[in-house]
Amino acid sequence: MPLTPAITDLEALKEHPAVARLRGWNSAAVEGAKFDRDEMTIYIERSCLHDACVILRDDVSCAFNYLSDVTCVDWYPSQPRFEMVYQLLSIANKERVRLKVRLSADSPVVETVTSVWPAANYFEREVFDLFGIRFTGHPYLRRIQMPEDWEGHPLRKDYPVEGYR
Amino acid sequence: MILNMGPQHPSTHGVLRLILEIDGETVVRLMPDIGYLHTGIEKTCEAKFYQQVVPLTDRIDYLCPMTNNLCYALAVEKLLGLEIPPKAQWLRVMMNELTRINSHLVWLGTHAMDIGALTVFLYCFREREDVLRLFEAISGQRMMTSYFRIGGVALEPPLGFFDRVREFANRFPSKVDEYENLLTGNPIWMMRTKGVARISAEDAIALGASGPTLRGSGVDFDLRRDMPYSSYEKFKFKVPVSQEGDVFARYICRVQELRESTAIVQQALDGMPEGPIKADAPKVVLPDREKMKTQMEAMIYHFKIITEGFAVPAGEVYQAVESPRGEMGYYVVSDGTAKPYRVHMRAACLANLQLLPKMCEGRLLADVVAAIGSIDIVLGEIDR
Repeated sequence: MPLTPAITDLEALKEHPAVARLRGWNSAAVEGAKFDRDEMTIYIERSCLHDACVILRDDVSCAFNYLSDVTCVDWYPSQPRFEMVYQLLSIANKERVRLKVRLSADSPVVETVTSVWPAANYFEREVFDLFGIRFTGHPYLRRIQMPEDWEGHPLRKDYPVEGYR
Repeated sequence: MILNMGPQHPSTHGVLRLILEIDGETVVRLMPDIGYLHTGIEKTCEAKFYQQVVPLTDRIDYLCPMTNNLCYALAVEKLLGLEIPPKAQWLRVMMNELTRINSHLVWLGTHAMDIGALTVFLYCFREREDVLRLFEAISGQRMMTSYFRIGGVALEPPLGFFDRVREFANRFPSKVDEYENLLTGNPIWMMRTKGVARISAEDAIALGASGPTLRGSGVDFDLRRDMPYSSYEKFKFKVPVSQEGDVFARYICRVQELRESTAIVQQALDGMPEGPIKADAPKVVLPDREKMKTQMEAMIYHFKIITEGFAVPAGEVYQAVESPRGEMGYYVVSDGTAKPYRVHMRAACLANLQLLPKMCEGRLLADVVAAIGSIDIVLGEIDR
């Protein structure tokens, strides 16, 4: 399927059920949206993340009851440095949507979504371990892949591929 | 009492460490400790060209290597906007289903062995040997084949290959009957697996389970049927779903999947289209070896692809496939250069492992072994 240019204009995408529902609740929560390669991405403002997730899970037209993935991308040295990525799936509607939250380097903190989807537990621990992003309210935020006494966050872009040891 | 079911243990299917708090024989709390197989594959992918990442993907979930290849190749092809020819898609489906059979055979053999049925292990590995020989015939490698490349598949199947696959597919359902004969109606098996490690559909969805672990609890969702990829929409197959949510239900799901996968392989053989096995994209796909030796442009393309890679337009893609364990996803972020900016593998087993504490708390210690086997974990995928 040959590539078509991405649609990044929020006004052009406001009919999508997730975008419409979130903007109807709080138009400041949606910082932007993108439709590229048949995939919908919504940029959420950091403080609204938890409530936005509850709406997307419980709303009948969206019904994103399944959290596929939680991960992070480090855009060092650009600012805002970190971008949290949440992949949601609606089992009933067979639709996916991607939520993104931008975090700055001096405050890489975001609220956990384990109270919305308990599936986020290990995924958020992994992001904490490998990127150093703190999740407030997480039931057990400890390192999961690296040993407990490891220093540094390996998947950050300023951490060398070959490591320090 | 705190008991350590250490990383070295015959029943943990890899280097999984479980910290159990037990009261007599009853498990009070259970906590998995992972990371013993962490090799930093996601970080390594950022330092390699797109085509160099393909062999790394084989080793993530090492029991279904071609499924990993497929997921990554689909993700990068989506980023590039490549059209894959029908023969390559059908070959991918056929090899993917053979890989699913392979993976379920390992699961069945080791799961039965943990519970005590040692004969099944050798029976399953006898069939697995036939499939591994097929993989060796088509790609040169038994396990880590890297057969699916970006743009198609690596090599043309050799002469007589499809006859060998047909012969295997004709013989295999009777072998599945043999395994079921040994286990399904067996009173000991039923007592060890029925009602054990039960999980409800709501808990399974909330905790992110997928694949047979989810379908064993009654949720009818299969990515091959519901969000098809690589021409799966052209195949007819049933998706087995059980309602009870215990170890026996997941066992039944996977054994039925063995039969369904054989049916898909038969359909793929019957309808295999003709045509090229790689996409028409000289800057991305390596040229034919014979052309490279005689034509100058092919030589130059070959040189440039190997030494400089191919630039992929900026963007990001999340591609999910139905692996034998559930939803395996690859999130590939490209910044316009020849090396991926970020590759993240959504491991089906990492989410499935979150079910383990809920399944085992309050149950007997011996049921933990049955539960681990029924989730079918592969530590390579969990730890990456």
